[in-house]
Amino acid sequence: MSTPALQDPARRTPASQHSLGIKPPPAPEAIGGQVTLSIDGQEIKVPLGTTILEAATKMGIHIPTLCHHPDLCVAGVCRVCSVEVEGMRTLQAACAFPVTAPIKVKTHTQKVRTARRHIVDLLLSDHYGECYACRRNNNCELQSLAREHGVDFFRFGHPVKPAHEIDGSSYSVVRDLNKCVLCRRCVRTCIDLQEVGTIEVVGRSDRSHIKPFLDKPLGEVVCINCGQCINRCPTGALHAQDYTDEVWAAIDNPAKHVVIQTAPSPRAAIGECFGLPAGQALTFELNTALRRAGFDRVFDTNFSADLTIMEEGTELLLRLKKALLLREPAAFPQFTSCSPGWVKFLEHFYPEYIPNLSTAKSPQQMFGAVIKTYYAEKHGIDPKDIVTVALMPCSAKKFECNRPEMDSSGFKDVDYGLTTRELAKMIHEAGIDLPRMPKSDFDAPFGTATGSGVIFGATGGVMEAALRTVIELVTGKKVEDLFEHADIKPVRGFEGVRYVELPITEVGPVPEILAHLFPHWAFLKGQTLKLAVAHGTANAKKVMEDIKRGGPMSKCHFIEFMGCPGGCIGGGGQPIPTSPEIREARARAIYAEDSAYAVRKSHENPDIGRIYQEFLKEGPCGHRSHELLHTHYTVRGKYIE
Amino acid sequence: MSQLPTFTSMKAEDGLRKALGMPRPDLIAEISASGLKGRGGAGFPTGVKWNFAAAAKADRKYVVCNADEGEPGTFKDRVILQDHADLVFEGMTIAGKAIGAKEGILFLRGEYTYLKTHLEEALARRREAKLLGKEILGQDFNFDIRIFMGSGAYICGEETALIECLEGFRGEPRNRPPFPVNTGFLDRPTVVNNVETLAWAACILQKGSDWFKSVGTEKSTGIKIFSVSGDCAKPGVYEFPLGITVKDLLQQVGGAGAQAVQMGGASGLCVPASEFGRQIAFEDIPTGGSVIVFGPQRDMLDVLHNFLEFFVDESCGQCTPCRLGNRKLLEGVEMLKAGACSMAYLQELCALGESMQLASKCGLGQSSPNAFLSVMKHFRAEFMGRTHGFVNA
Ligand SMILES: Cc1cc2nc3c(=O)[nH]c(=O)nc-3n(C[C@H](O)[C@H](O)[C@H](O)COP(=O)(O)O)c2cc1C
Ligand code: SF4
Ligand code: SF4
Ligand code: SF4
Ligand code: SF4
Ligand code: FES
Repeated sequence: MSTPALQDPARRTPASQHSLGIKPPPAPEAIGGQVTLSIDGQEIKVPLGTTILEAATKMGIHIPTLCHHPDLCVAGVCRVCSVEVEGMRTLQAACAFPVTAPIKVKTHTQKVRTARRHIVDLLLSDHYGECYACRRNNNCELQSLAREHGVDFFRFGHPVKPAHEIDGSSYSVVRDLNKCVLCRRCVRTCIDLQEVGTIEVVGRSDRSHIKPFLDKPLGEVVCINCGQCINRCPTGALHAQDYTDEVWAAIDNPAKHVVIQTAPSPRAAIGECFGLPAGQALTFELNTALRRAGFDRVFDTNFSADLTIMEEGTELLLRLKKALLLREPAAFPQFTSCSPGWVKFLEHFYPEYIPNLSTAKSPQQMFGAVIKTYYAEKHGIDPKDIVTVALMPCSAKKFECNRPEMDSSGFKDVDYGLTTRELAKMIHEAGIDLPRMPKSDFDAPFGTATGSGVIFGATGGVMEAALRTVIELVTGKKVEDLFEHADIKPVRGFEGVRYVELPITEVGPVPEILAHLFPHWAFLKGQTLKLAVAHGTANAKKVMEDIKRGGPMSKCHFIEFMGCPGGCIGGGGQPIPTSPEIREARARAIYAEDSAYAVRKSHENPDIGRIYQEFLKEGPCGHRSHELLHTHYTVRGKYIE
Repeated sequence: MSQLPTFTSMKAEDGLRKALGMPRPDLIAEISASGLKGRGGAGFPTGVKWNFAAAAKADRKYVVCNADEGEPGTFKDRVILQDHADLVFEGMTIAGKAIGAKEGILFLRGEYTYLKTHLEEALARRREAKLLGKEILGQDFNFDIRIFMGSGAYICGEETALIECLEGFRGEPRNRPPFPVNTGFLDRPTVVNNVETLAWAACILQKGSDWFKSVGTEKSTGIKIFSVSGDCAKPGVYEFPLGITVKDLLQQVGGAGAQAVQMGGASGLCVPASEFGRQIAFEDIPTGGSVIVFGPQRDMLDVLHNFLEFFVDESCGQCTPCRLGNRKLLEGVEMLKAGACSMAYLQELCALGESMQLASKCGLGQSSPNAFLSVMKHFRAEFMGRTHGFVNA
């Protein structure tokens, strides 16, 4: 059969549904590409192809939805958004109906109300779960629908027994299909948004369900643990592995010294779990809350982000030296390695590029290793009694801290990765009103962090932080002389892939901290650094395919990759819901926090200078650094035995 | 020997020859004038459909012949393909000329694989006779046809699900709009027509629209091919003019004395004996051609049970009303059979059926409650007689 099936294997939904496929007629003369429709008797003018749902939202008319999500292509499967369009025999799905003619829409006629109520009743007849024993209680779209539609009895029954086993095989994502409403948001997330393609709809009719490839447990397939599916699931069917009981147990054990590091992105988002609008960072309130909850020390992951910059930046310079000065082969472009979702994506889909990954560990893991060695030594605490907890925006961090190679301190470097949602739960449980906490500082000896660490949370942040340091170390000039306020704006923003060139016109003396590695910088003079930033694995895939083809991306020196759309602020452990607006608000909070820091460059952080002096000794990428702060990767491939 | 005299009387080639001699607008006008309506069940005017596709601007367009024939009780397309494949291919070629397509695809039901060689041979013969391929009949018109094998799901007969299959995806209906005439196969304008519709199009070009209109009713012109099965003496494939009453049809097939007839397959209507005077036509009892006769000995609840099991099996499972609604209707029938369905719950189920008709995403869910609702309307008294007490769900 000569069918051109799956030309683009990623395009699993018809393009017609991505863009709604309507090509406006060539000459919409009378209306100039606009169309006036009426909804519930009110008129509105919108561009041709606008959906009824979008038009209604603009007018402040609420149409209930379930399968629709602002980040995803249209599915039109739940039918909760059904509305009446004058002249049409059947009801139409508002989320999937592009307006191309002056139609009249009614959103709450008797037919509409009855149909919607029936749909909710049907969903409940197939939904095994009790709200008060569910993680999504009070944050569940099915629950809200039931309330909005006045459900006061189960018209078509309600299951009393689970029909599916819970899949807890993954370190990161737990699947409870008993609560699944088959909205397919997770499938569209995994296939269309992330282009990983771990999960699909299997089976027909009421036997259809969401399954990983070949019906295997999620822990045994190519899932990269990004948790993006969790963030977009409307119900409790998907959630992250929960380690709060273990963390409470450590806190309750007086023999244990429990330290927590907090990353910038959860601090910029956790307020959402306490009723605040998106975009308000609670960094210092959180310090107080964590101490009150019982953590012995609160550290700032920014410290190890600065350390990452030192190590990763030096690694880049070493690769450049190898290629330009020694004329030996070096793996370019160098890829960042701080996003564990991205790392696993590469290990599965592009394992031949593992040499390009920076060997520097992520900030989370560096901190774990440093706490159980440097910190333990300095404070005379037996590392076996230290429990390290990491507050991360990320579900993949749970997998990362369980990687067997992450034990260079002689112990598990990071014992537990907590998501923003889990920590919010602990704070709620402790009865702490987070937004009203007084502010307090991080603990020594990692009290000073820099703005560079903060911006790790947003896409382009690692690149910007690395550039601030590399530029100064190499040119001997201040970044501020090149970029106003040291804001390297070209690498910021939300475009999927960004590309920047940075010519090195002059070089300075080699600073002391790098003197053992580089005789001079002359080999860099006149070079142009080519840099790129990509976020979300779908964009990462574009970049990787371009590299494979030998396209412009293959000429880059350094590429920042983040597994999640928007970077860590959109991580799979962040508060639900998520949307482009919410992620933008969180990013604004992060950049605001950066500007507020007195020290904004990693190499200027005095605590960093001290750890190299007192402990790591040989400077970045030295022997001890390699032992504690660097790692190696695993070839996984697409097919797993 | 073919059971279809009109098709047998046609002379292949003549229609195509005429079509190639006509400007495209005239060709579409001829089809429109005939009043031909889709024979696949929905009864959409074929001329209008072709006109939409012809008006759409695109680099490529496609003609698809829907030979998925999955509706329970239909088998006429199989007979047409077996005995009159040339007419069907000619209809596709004419449609290609009308809308400006160069490629036709015959979507053949998986169960009809045995017909494939026969059809490939017919295609080869046509290519040899310059009726397909480059410069058809010496004219500046290229068109070829390939066969695509379906894999057995009923839903893949729905035109947008069929297109998904053609593209290599899971067979599930798309959102409409956009419609296939605008955004179809590979996002190009695509005409999807039933086997029989295309065969009639070839006949209309040969004999003219007036000939076609000379039988049938004003709104439902022409002859329709029926697949007749069930409790009758002479099941088989028949030609009848549209507008024929159920009673007359039954008479001809030896089905007098039936208590009910299922018109249009499982998704059609159940017509009780009291309404046998009604006409089979798009304006009264619409049909894709399936006629299932139920003799007086049949238990209509068993019949319904059967249909609903079919839908519970065949729903693609994409949308809520159909995925879960058919299951509830089936459970309702089981409760009725056990005498455990209260009047109130039956009422709820009928209301649910109406919601399914309104809110389902595609024709399957929109029509699957038809049988339930019409049986409940006409035979309710009998079933409720079986109710033992009032047990609620
Ligand atoms: C569930 C479902 C199954 C269908 N199956 C068929 C089929 O097997 N054959 C067919 O010709 N049309 C089928 N149709 C109708 C098609 O969607 C489409 O309307 C038809 O192919 C158009 O052709 P026509 O205009 O020539 O009738 C089906 C529709 C639905 C909703
Ligand atoms: S998923 Fe939603 S509706 Fe279901 S039990 Fe949880 S909170 Fe309740
Ligand atoms: S965690 Fe990411 S990769 Fe895994 S199933 Fe969810 S979306 Fe797909
Ligand atoms: S798991 Fe969640 S997101 Fe996926 S289909 Fe089920 S309810 Fe929807
Ligand atoms: S109505 Fe049924 S067959 Fe059609 S899309 Fe919905 S679930 Fe699928
Ligand atoms: S929200 Fe429109 S169909 Fe689900």
